[in-house]
Amino acid sequence: MDVLQLVVSGLANGCVYGLIALGFVLIYKATEAVNFAQGDFMMLGAFITVGLTNQAWLGLPFWLSVPLAVFIMGVFGYLLDLIVLRRMFGQSQIAVVILTIALGFVLRFVAGAIWGHETVSLESPIAGKELRFGGVVLGLDEVAVIVVTVLLTIILYFYFNRTKLGIAMQAASQNQLAAYYMGIPVKRVHSLIWALAGAVAAIAGVLFASKGTIDPSAGLLGIKAFAAAVIGGFGSLPGALLGGVIVGLIEPFASRYIAAGYSQIMPYLLLFLILVFRPHGILAQVHRKKV
Amino acid sequence: MTALEDILALPEPVPAPVLAVKNLESYYGPIMAIRGVSLEVREGQIVTVLGANGAGKTTLMKTISGVMNPQKGNIFYGNDDIAGADPDKVVRAGIVHVPEGREVFPLLTVEENLGMGAFVRSDADGIRADQEMVYSYFPILAERRRQAAGTLSGGQQQMLAIGRGLMARPKLMLLDEPSLGLSPLLVKEIFAIIRRLNREQGVTMMLVEQNARVALEVADYGYVMELGRIVMADDAQRLLQSKDVQEFYLGVQEQSQRGQKRWKQRKTWR
Repeated sequence: MDVLQLVVSGLANGCVYGLIALGFVLIYKATEAVNFAQGDFMMLGAFITVGLTNQAWLGLPFWLSVPLAVFIMGVFGYLLDLIVLRRMFGQSQIAVVILTIALGFVLRFVAGAIWGHETVSLESPIAGKELRFGGVVLGLDEVAVIVVTVLLTIILYFYFNRTKLGIAMQAASQNQLAAYYMGIPVKRVHSLIWALAGAVAAIAGVLFASKGTIDPSAGLLGIKAFAAAVIGGFGSLPGALLGGVIVGLIEPFASRYIAAGYSQIMPYLLLFLILVFRPHGILAQVHRKKV
Repeated sequence: MTALEDILALPEPVPAPVLAVKNLESYYGPIMAIRGVSLEVREGQIVTVLGANGAGKTTLMKTISGVMNPQKGNIFYGNDDIAGADPDKVVRAGIVHVPEGREVFPLLTVEENLGMGAFVRSDADGIRADQEMVYSYFPILAERRRQAAGTLSGGQQQMLAIGRGLMARPKLMLLDEPSLGLSPLLVKEIFAIIRRLNREQGVTMMLVEQNARVALEVADYGYVMELGRIVMADDAQRLLQSKDVQEFYLGVQEQSQRGQKRWKQRKTWR
């Protein structure tokens, strides 16, 4: 079952893209800024987990170091907004975009300085194992990536629709002024959204590192995730995941059936077509935002 | 005069001011939008602030609710000066601002919008009771409770905005242009409810309006603002009778010399 294996590995990649895209959309919806360092957040989350888990560094148990890394990235996101981005309030969008691009470079070199510029693999209990269903052989890591992403999606869905803080996050992104009038501490909500984006990126990083290797420039796949977010409909959380999955699924099939050199452009060709024919993305959430 | 007569001759006791604004100045960038405004809102009353576009009414409200910071002056709420406090502190203290243009959360349901009104509260039972109270004043909202607020009509959104404000259980409610863009019938309905809320729930109201007649009819006291200053202050009934207010804000004119209304003859449309 060749096709099934391609689908599973495509889905697994797509989940990672989708989770990074989710970080883009979370921050964009709430603060109208695009965090181009989102891919590097993922890389940093992965390296923190490597630093905590691998025997060469701290050697903590995997199941302890993952929540720890997620927590550290959450705090990192929160403090980044509190200390840096809040000071940018009132500056143009371009300033924030440039700042996050620069931040991406900084994170890449900091990670390189700490963990080296070579590729590292995470000593993950799910890496390199296989699942057999009759004649079908699937990588445990890939299946785990898909399962974790589905679970995380369900958790986030309930968080945003059932909890007071989650609804307040939606409210603040739909009408910031009204949120102020209702006594929602909008600035703190923004910091918490950066924290959430950091935590989701860390989970994406652990998943990414579990099914391959990681190096400091791994964050550059954030560009692909950005494309995924645009395809899905920038501003829609389900759209981000859907876009990620679509891009992830295109890749293995393209490289299988299309000549090398052309296959890599397929996700971007789709991005191009979407921008031409459906500029708001597949799951566009079009409503006019009041100022 | 005997002592007894002396006491009887005293005027009705005036309720204490809930809010006292003193010499407030606020800027929009370099432009001074309110220039030394002082006013009082007394407990249990409806106080209206009238004025044309750009008179500074909305700026005054935004400064009270903490969305804008004043350059100078004080806002006494009870004994505390809340000038320059963050909006969430002001809401917690019991002042809620129902903004101009309704400003609901368009993609949240009616119920979620009401829930956000109670964001600063954590007494689940009280919140549920207040939600039922809001539904009893605005039954249409109960029917639409699962509907996205952005799909409601203008009048229903205004009801939702007022209901959402009530959910914070305010002592003082700042209502900015509740009649904006509504049909005369709906304006009447909304103002009747505002009056009832004031009487039955004991919410003190500060009401900014361009629709001077409706506002003065429900209000106890009124201020008139022009170019960032208070130019008149009096009982609402007396303001309704005042020649200046009648001419500039109520559109009442002395019988015209020409004896007929000019707009009927005019052809301004090309």
